[in-house]
Amino acid sequence: MKRIMARAATLGVGLAVGAGFAVGALAATPKKGGVLEFVVASKIPSYDGHQESTFGMIHPIRPFYSLLIRINPENPSSATDFVCDLCVGDVPKGTDGGTKFTFKIKQGVKFHDGTPLTSADVKATYDKIVFPPQGVPSTRKAFYSMIDSVTAPDADTVVFKLKFPSGAFIPALASPFNFVYSKKDLDEKGYSWHKTNVNGTGAYTFKQHQPGAFVEGTRNPDYHHEGKPYLDGYKAISAPKMAVRIQAIRGDRAAIEFRGFPPKARDDLKKALGDDLTVQQGDWNCASTFVFNNERKPFDDVRVRRALTMAIDRWTGAKYLSKIAIVKSVGGIVYPGSPLAATEEELTKISGFGKDIEASRAEAKRLLKEAGVENLTFDLHNRAVDQPYKLVGTWLIDQWRRIGVKVTQKAVSTGQWYDVYRKSKDYDVGVFANCQSVINPLADVSGWLCSASNNYTYCKDEELEETFKAMNKEPDPAKQRVLMRKFENRAMHEKVYGAMVLWWYKINPHRSYVKGWKIAPSHYLNQHLDNVWLDK
Amino acid sequence: MYKYIINRILLMIPTLLGAAVLVFFVLRLVPGDVCEIRLAGTGLFADPEAIKICQDDLGLNDPTYVQFGRFISGYFTFDLGKSMWTGRAVSEEIGLRFQLSLQIAIMATIISVIIAVPLGTISAVKQDTWIDYAVRTFSIAGIAMPSFWLGMLMILGMLIYTGWMPPLDYVSPFEDPIGNMTQLIWPALATGYRYSAVITRMTRSSLLEVLREDYVRTARAKGLLEKVIVNQHALKNALLPVVTIVGIEFAFLIGGLVVTEQVFNLNGLGKLFVDSVLNLDFNMTQQLVMLVALIFVLANLVVDVLYAWLDPRIRYA
Repeated sequence: MKRIMARAATLGVGLAVGAGFAVGALAATPKKGGVLEFVVASKIPSYDGHQESTFGMIHPIRPFYSLLIRINPENPSSATDFVCDLCVGDVPKGTDGGTKFTFKIKQGVKFHDGTPLTSADVKATYDKIVFPPQGVPSTRKAFYSMIDSVTAPDADTVVFKLKFPSGAFIPALASPFNFVYSKKDLDEKGYSWHKTNVNGTGAYTFKQHQPGAFVEGTRNPDYHHEGKPYLDGYKAISAPKMAVRIQAIRGDRAAIEFRGFPPKARDDLKKALGDDLTVQQGDWNCASTFVFNNERKPFDDVRVRRALTMAIDRWTGAKYLSKIAIVKSVGGIVYPGSPLAATEEELTKISGFGKDIEASRAEAKRLLKEAGVENLTFDLHNRAVDQPYKLVGTWLIDQWRRIGVKVTQKAVSTGQWYDVYRKSKDYDVGVFANCQSVINPLADVSGWLCSASNNYTYCKDEELEETFKAMNKEPDPAKQRVLMRKFENRAMHEKVYGAMVLWWYKINPHRSYVKGWKIAPSHYLNQHLDNVWLDK
Repeated sequence: MYKYIINRILLMIPTLLGAAVLVFFVLRLVPGDVCEIRLAGTGLFADPEAIKICQDDLGLNDPTYVQFGRFISGYFTFDLGKSMWTGRAVSEEIGLRFQLSLQIAIMATIISVIIAVPLGTISAVKQDTWIDYAVRTFSIAGIAMPSFWLGMLMILGMLIYTGWMPPLDYVSPFEDPIGNMTQLIWPALATGYRYSAVITRMTRSSLLEVLREDYVRTARAKGLLEKVIVNQHALKNALLPVVTIVGIEFAFLIGGLVVTEQVFNLNGLGKLFVDSVLNLDFNMTQQLVMLVALIFVLANLVVDVLYAWLDPRIRYA
């Protein structure tokens, strides 16, 4: 356990160093005023956080809302540091054997329309998310399967009762999508009203949205975090082309882009802008993986699947691929900064993670021969998006070529990519990605379950399901860790339903006058903008 | 003349109906749907129930003939439906972008005509001189160079040499004319140059043909000044095919500046088109295709009427 903690601490320090001189700048006294202009790569479908799942909605809309709890804005890289947003004091610890969480709600908080916030609003919000009425979509309700009930015994108390103690509960509660809505709005205007209207308690009030162009917010003078926000407002400008976003920062038409740029863009911008540019970077809670169609021959044979993962030299790939693509860290199924993540020693025991690549590839060739598919050829189903999908796909093809396997990349539009996985199932091996917001390993690894709605390997594995259930109900972190290793080993080594490639690496170059914002391990996190200020 | 115009208008109906049928059914062949793209996120996790609710709400689970009926009946009730991506009225979404696209189309057309007609005329009159070669080189470069690439060069040039780039967000010319021009003059120039190259070539070849006509020889024999022959007699006739090109290119510019709009981050119809196709927003894509079809049909109508007005032989035939 000591080693794990030491590794976590090292990673924390690493991230802080990665964050660079921005950390030093944060010590300065914040200045008030100014409008932050930033570019957003994706587009807004609707404003309803409970329904949508894109950062295209989070970046422009999240500043209008508050959450019950959030990741610590001053320590966003931590996997375990959560603070109250609309609650008072520290995030509560579970009572009744970890099955009851009592939150005291802040008094004096007002929605932008002037309605005071009470515990009834928090309860109504979570009832909508966890127990949506028939016909009301709640995209992430599966993340809250441990919740038995939400009650508001008085105006400033909310109690969550769980069916069983779960380490996934608090991180799930901090999801940036859990905007707290007014009960009055939900009751009087209906569950669809928030798709096209905004009424939150966030740092900024809604000014205007020009569809396809920009969203503007202005400072909320009644914001519940005293002295904040620092900005007079912000403007989130839609710019789908990466070249435009890079040029926007270079030409100072935008100060920052919160999702992330590839390494080349960072280097070009740094070269052009010098000290006017600050770079924050760190591990990203997104991973590139590849999955096998376990229903299709010869990928129904574990020897073939194992051979294909053993051909991949992840350690060398991390070194070179990270120079051109937004991937970097070698890791298992858990985010590398988490205490539940595999150590390097544990990783090297998993197929395809060994350091002796020649031995690994020799074994891979032997396995293919044994399975009778020495001259294996197949199509790699991929998404026609450069970063990092096509780059990773191209690299994988080269890795497989080294064991004599011939692969053709079939990159298709996003819609078709989804459709093949979800409906037609017409693929051999596919490049896949798993992006999460709050680091919540117990929930994040659920995609490896054969029963998960986003598992497209079409496998069946009761043992994996049982291990997952046991892990989720296990309150002791040390035992949880043991179960996580068992789960990881089963999914990636024994059965090899799919395999990790590399974890993504988030690079946020921004104008140096942007202060207060700290990079988080997800592009969904730390987007409330209440601590951002402009040093102009 | 009126009969001619009415005939042309009536011919628009089957053309538009054909376009409607084609776009509706071709779109249904595309795999995937907007709900999966919207709700799945990068982890491809989506609550199956949420997807089903979304599909029901958007009518995607209805039989195809019901969806088609809804699409066509919308034209009779003036309801173009809602965007499947944003939930906003399609007419509202298109209206927002139309102003920008129309302005660029007008600006680019004006720029191109101002450049092209004099250059094409000079090139024809001074055939096989260095002036002609210079104009031809200029126009061939314009045809060879895509406007989006020229736009990229413009932006990069401005960034590298001045550190400045055009604004990213559109402001109406009625609110802030200078701000508006600061943003739109660059795409208009990039597009106008390519467009002018085509018109220059057309003006030159058409004028060369006319200058060899008998009536021009007669005019010369009568001792008319070359300036008068070209400007008053030859150019009017030579501009007939040029009018066609201007009309068709204008129609193309309104919905067809897909890449140029992306390069300059313009929130126009071209960008909306790309977004709606990528998002599998069938309602929006259908209406945009119909809008472009309508613009083309109307532009052709205007060109035909103009042709008939310029050349009486056409309307009497």
